[in-house]
Amino acid sequence: MSKGLKIKNPFRSHAGEYMNRSKAGTFGIVVFLSLLSAFLILPFLYSIFQSLKPIDEIFAFPPRFFVKNPTGENYRALFMLTENLWIPFSRYVFNSVFVSVVGTAVYVFIASMAAYPLAIGRFRGAKPINEIIVQALLFSSPVLAVVQYLIIAKTGMLNTYWAMILPILAAPLGLFLMRQFMIQMIPMSLIEAAKIDGAGTFMIFWRIVMPNVKPAWLTLIIFTFQPIWAGAGAIYIYDEAHKVLPTVLGQIAAGGLARAGVGAAAAVVLMAPPILLFLFTQSKVLETMAASGIKE
Amino acid sequence: MKSNSGKKPAAMSVYKKHYGREVRVYYLMMAPFGVLFVIFVLVPVISSIALSLSDFNMAQWPRFSGLDNFLRMFMDDSVFMIALKNTMIFALFTGPVSYFLCLIFAWLVNELGNKLRTLFTFLLYIPSMSGAVYVIWAYIFSGDQYGLLNSFLMNFGWIKEPSQWLTDPKTIMVVVIVVQLWLSLGTAFLSFIAGFKGIDPQQYEAGAIDGISNRLQELWHITLPNMGPQLLFGAVMQIGASFAAGAVGTELLKAAGAGEEGIATDYAASTMTTYMAELGTTRYEMGYACAIAVFLFVMMVVFNGVIRKALRRFVD
Repeated sequence: MSKGLKIKNPFRSHAGEYMNRSKAGTFGIVVFLSLLSAFLILPFLYSIFQSLKPIDEIFAFPPRFFVKNPTGENYRALFMLTENLWIPFSRYVFNSVFVSVVGTAVYVFIASMAAYPLAIGRFRGAKPINEIIVQALLFSSPVLAVVQYLIIAKTGMLNTYWAMILPILAAPLGLFLMRQFMIQMIPMSLIEAAKIDGAGTFMIFWRIVMPNVKPAWLTLIIFTFQPIWAGAGAIYIYDEAHKVLPTVLGQIAAGGLARAGVGAAAAVVLMAPPILLFLFTQSKVLETMAASGIKE
Repeated sequence: MKSNSGKKPAAMSVYKKHYGREVRVYYLMMAPFGVLFVIFVLVPVISSIALSLSDFNMAQWPRFSGLDNFLRMFMDDSVFMIALKNTMIFALFTGPVSYFLCLIFAWLVNELGNKLRTLFTFLLYIPSMSGAVYVIWAYIFSGDQYGLLNSFLMNFGWIKEPSQWLTDPKTIMVVVIVVQLWLSLGTAFLSFIAGFKGIDPQQYEAGAIDGISNRLQELWHITLPNMGPQLLFGAVMQIGASFAAGAVGTELLKAAGAGEEGIATDYAASTMTTYMAELGTTRYEMGYACAIAVFLFVMMVVFNGVIRKALRRFVD
């Protein structure tokens, strides 16, 4: 956080301990949620165990959920898996990391930059633009996919990094969350004061507003990174040299049981980054989501 | 600002000049996102409408064909009818169920203290983040006796033969619905947790004095009326996800090695979005694919309108 102005965070936390709370009720909720979480993360745990199994345990019958003698063999095999893939595995890793990191960084910047004027809202056109953004939240990417495909194909962007990055940069959700958060966190008086001090509009945005909406940009990072990393742009890629991890993972998995351990290892490699990212930013994300409401 | 402009013309013109410059900067700041938004969101929506009235195979210039595409959808395309039925299952069943699961689980999580709330929020949100990793589900629902579910059920004697979960048209939709529900605690869930958390504790204390005696009454009389905007946001997210559902099926089938394009036997798991993608990207029937997209837009907008009306009670 910069040394300059720091706005007091209005986001309270409460311990959930008021009147009308019975101890037994709370205990029941904890038990229920524990069972539910165990069930929900079952496939996730299964892939971790599966990825650590030596070959004889994978072929063991009946199949076991847990691993007996964990080994790192599958992970080593995954990165050595060159003879059955067209290009080295590290190239797919690079592709995925490259499009995810570049796409996320650019999105956070341009969406925040666009959100600032819309949060201030003091110009003609602000209202209709805000309305269009809110309406556009409805149209998730699969619904737009066909014409997006047409545009990408006609502009010769198939099989390029552009195809995987550009459509993601047009997502309204991040802009919407950023704008809502700015409205809630940045008092007009602060901006007026900076203006009187002679700061230009972009400088106000960059030096005063951005450091104060850190939770929102962490949230945008999560929400943008996740779909790109999960292979949102993979449909535009046929060329082996540009393929990303999720596509390759599918190819490995289609190899059947003989590849089950390696496939599970690839699944773990794919799942880890977004989960770790969320683990460290969870409180900031929730802070941002408090401003996510749509007011009519 | 404009009423007494006659009094201080000099100051006003300075203000206007300054204001004009500022607005120019605003537009410049919005430009990069704006251009991309127009190209990848607005143009697709508008050109879908235009192309839906045409016959277009990408190679030749679109030929105007009136309402032919829409007639074909309903009169002459049995696959579309399956896709429509499956989409409606997601929109009318899976969608609302997901929405209420998000709400209920967010509420339960919020009833706990800080540490437990953080832990359970994280655990329950894991599926949304590992969602793209369909491989795991392909192993679980694998059709031979090595499939985890088959082995489990056979172990308990509930089934005798391994069941072909992913290739049997009767079970594939069930599998897709299960996976879709597993994925359902997403953005709306986080928004609800934040909404619950943001409510002023004093309101609950006041409520207790006014005779509210349990958690459920509190939920109905205090909590929900205070988070209308979040409920609306969650609904929009859910509508977007439900009508676009279907990718799960395609990816599962691909991972299970059942068909290169991930299309189930007899199109049993096809939805409007997967059918649209197939028409557009492999068969190049762009006009027809756009007609389906337009039909989907209209349904989403109508649903959104209905839900906004229904939630008006909670939104001021």
